[in-house]
Amino acid sequence: MTTAATDRETPPFAAAAREAALTAAVALALTGPMIGLHAASQATGLVIETRWPEVAIAVALVFLGRFLLALLGRAFVWPVLAAGLAVAGGGLFVPFPNALLKAVCVAGGLIVALRAALMLVRPRMTAAARAKPALAARWVAPAAGAAMTAFALLLPVMPFADRQLLDLATLVVIYILLGWGLNIVVGLAGLLDLGYVAFYAVGAYSFALLAQYFAFSFWEALPLAGLFAAMFGVLLGFPVLRLRGDYLAIVTLGFGEMIRIVLTNWVALTRGPNGISGIPKPSFFGAPFARSPPEGTEAFHQIFDLAFSPMHRVIFLYYVALTLALLANVFILRIRTLPIGRAWEALREDEIACRALGLNPTSIKLSAFSLGAMFGGIAGCVFAARQSFISPESFSFIESAIILAIVVLGGMGSQIGVVCAAVLLIGLPEWFRELQDYRMLAFGGLMVMIMVWRPRGLLSHRDPTVRLPAARETPP
Amino acid sequence: MLRIDGAHAFYGHIQALRGVSLDVQEGEIVTLIGANGAGKSTLLMTVCGNPRAAAGEILFRGEDITRWPTHRIARAGIAHAPEGRRIFPRMTVMENLQMGAVAAAEDDARRAARLEHVFGLFPRLAERRFQRGGTLSGGEQQMLAIGRALMSGPKLLLLDEPSLGLAPIMVRTIFDAIATLNREDGLTVFLVEQNAYMALRIAHRGYVMVNGAIAMSGDAAALLADEEVRAAYLDGGHGKIAAGEGGAP
Repeated sequence: MTTAATDRETPPFAAAAREAALTAAVALALTGPMIGLHAASQATGLVIETRWPEVAIAVALVFLGRFLLALLGRAFVWPVLAAGLAVAGGGLFVPFPNALLKAVCVAGGLIVALRAALMLVRPRMTAAARAKPALAARWVAPAAGAAMTAFALLLPVMPFADRQLLDLATLVVIYILLGWGLNIVVGLAGLLDLGYVAFYAVGAYSFALLAQYFAFSFWEALPLAGLFAAMFGVLLGFPVLRLRGDYLAIVTLGFGEMIRIVLTNWVALTRGPNGISGIPKPSFFGAPFARSPPEGTEAFHQIFDLAFSPMHRVIFLYYVALTLALLANVFILRIRTLPIGRAWEALREDEIACRALGLNPTSIKLSAFSLGAMFGGIAGCVFAARQSFISPESFSFIESAIILAIVVLGGMGSQIGVVCAAVLLIGLPEWFRELQDYRMLAFGGLMVMIMVWRPRGLLSHRDPTVRLPAARETPP
Repeated sequence: MLRIDGAHAFYGHIQALRGVSLDVQEGEIVTLIGANGAGKSTLLMTVCGNPRAAAGEILFRGEDITRWPTHRIARAGIAHAPEGRRIFPRMTVMENLQMGAVAAAEDDARRAARLEHVFGLFPRLAERRFQRGGTLSGGEQQMLAIGRALMSGPKLLLLDEPSLGLAPIMVRTIFDAIATLNREDGLTVFLVEQNAYMALRIAHRGYVMVNGAIAMSGDAAALLADEEVRAAYLDGGHGKIAAGEGGAP
């Protein structure tokens, strides 16, 4: 590294070149033996091959990269931006002895260009960023919500929407529903629940068992699944009323495991680890999605005079999940402005003050637990319909952790934040499944980066429930 | 209106109240003064049922509320502005005030009238109604805490150290507001204070608490003039002012 004193004496190019030469020398020392000498097995045994051209190119690339970065540090922003882009572009066409060096050249050029571009953009952004929160509160959030809703509604008719994508989108919507449900408990009421998956399981198994033993359809089981889950929410709520923070988290964690273990071991009822299969799909107002419906019923494609397509069922299930999620959203947004929703937030802020104001913490906590659980149960019911097969394995602790991660990552209490986080946490890992094991690495890296840059979640802004209309009444 | 009869209270094994008896008549401002740790705040909390009195009786308008749960006591018409204000920091001023009205099941018109009343008493809150509670100054937060307590339309207002950590000018504003509430609306106030001089100036009667028991009681003006009280609680910080305005209250 050059010091400030030498900088003053030498012209900037010479100083940058010297810095780059030093780095290149280190690179030569490292790449010489590691890349330059290569043990290859031939018919006569192991021989050492030399690869000096590769070494020369690697050292040259290191020199160039360091030189450009050093110039960037000396405020040559535009030339470095141009040079970075030129290197990246040139790397695409110039022949390299191997593909890795080509990738390093292109990626390196792009990174240098990106850093230069960031330096250009950053000073301008700070002024805009200052005005942002107020704007975000007024119309950005509703506008983004409307845009997302429109996109979600139109997704099945998009040209790129294939069966796999819609199936994934249904799963994402299920997790959004779960995230919103848990958001009531964790985000609004401030009660850390690590066993939320229990209610998901209760909902899913309610539907599966009702269908299995009493031949209930999806639509008959849906409200019951929500109701059962809400009852379990109250059941969990009672013993943990006096607990807060860490202790609450431990007990809820135990509750989640209890449900899973009961489901695994009560073989007579749940078939244990074998799970329950053959769970019916939802019908369209009684019309099934089958090529040849049973006697006396008309299938969906016959009613609408369409050619039979297995896609209909996938699309329909997606819309069922989406409708339920949108209803849940409206419900939660409404209840937040009602006394009970306000009381959840007040309880999160200060329990003692709540009592002093005549609020009964018991009923507030129980209502938060039971309503949150109800959405979990409904999500579980849709999940069971999507999978047609469920087993206790689907409801392990990691599910609770993922749902909690969605809520925390989204920014506690933010509805749109949950959507973004659900797409990020559920959609992306599935999408990049081809990358196999690397996707979990990338996923973990992404989580770390988000927590570094946005420790309070993607959208940590809390929308007040009352604003402008009353402000207009007061003249300035 | 409020009568406390031989109340004992414990924190674990430590006895905080040793048979406290006092009463607050309708339309009065009664103050309870005493040193740090004398048990003043504990007494207020005991009235609210947390901690519960281990022995003794607490009567509110003739009803025994000793064993009632806290929220029921609050709903019966006792509003409590707790020590340290305890406003909801992430909620706006407006939302904080609305939280105060949640427990009182009333129609919107009454609620709106209450809100106007609070804004009339503390115009500063009206200016800041869409600001988050946590961003208010200490004095504004105290106004908000009192305003929030008033939103339930209480019969008795319990105030715990409203002067805590406030600038002298703010203390004066807050105490003026308390006196106004009592004079114009006839609100009964039970005020716990360390700032004995300010408290005794607006109060009708006062009690002095030492080590969890009432050591002295009487007319506020008489207490303010009392040699012992002056020596213990007044001459330290406010002696000179008290001497200058001795006959004022």
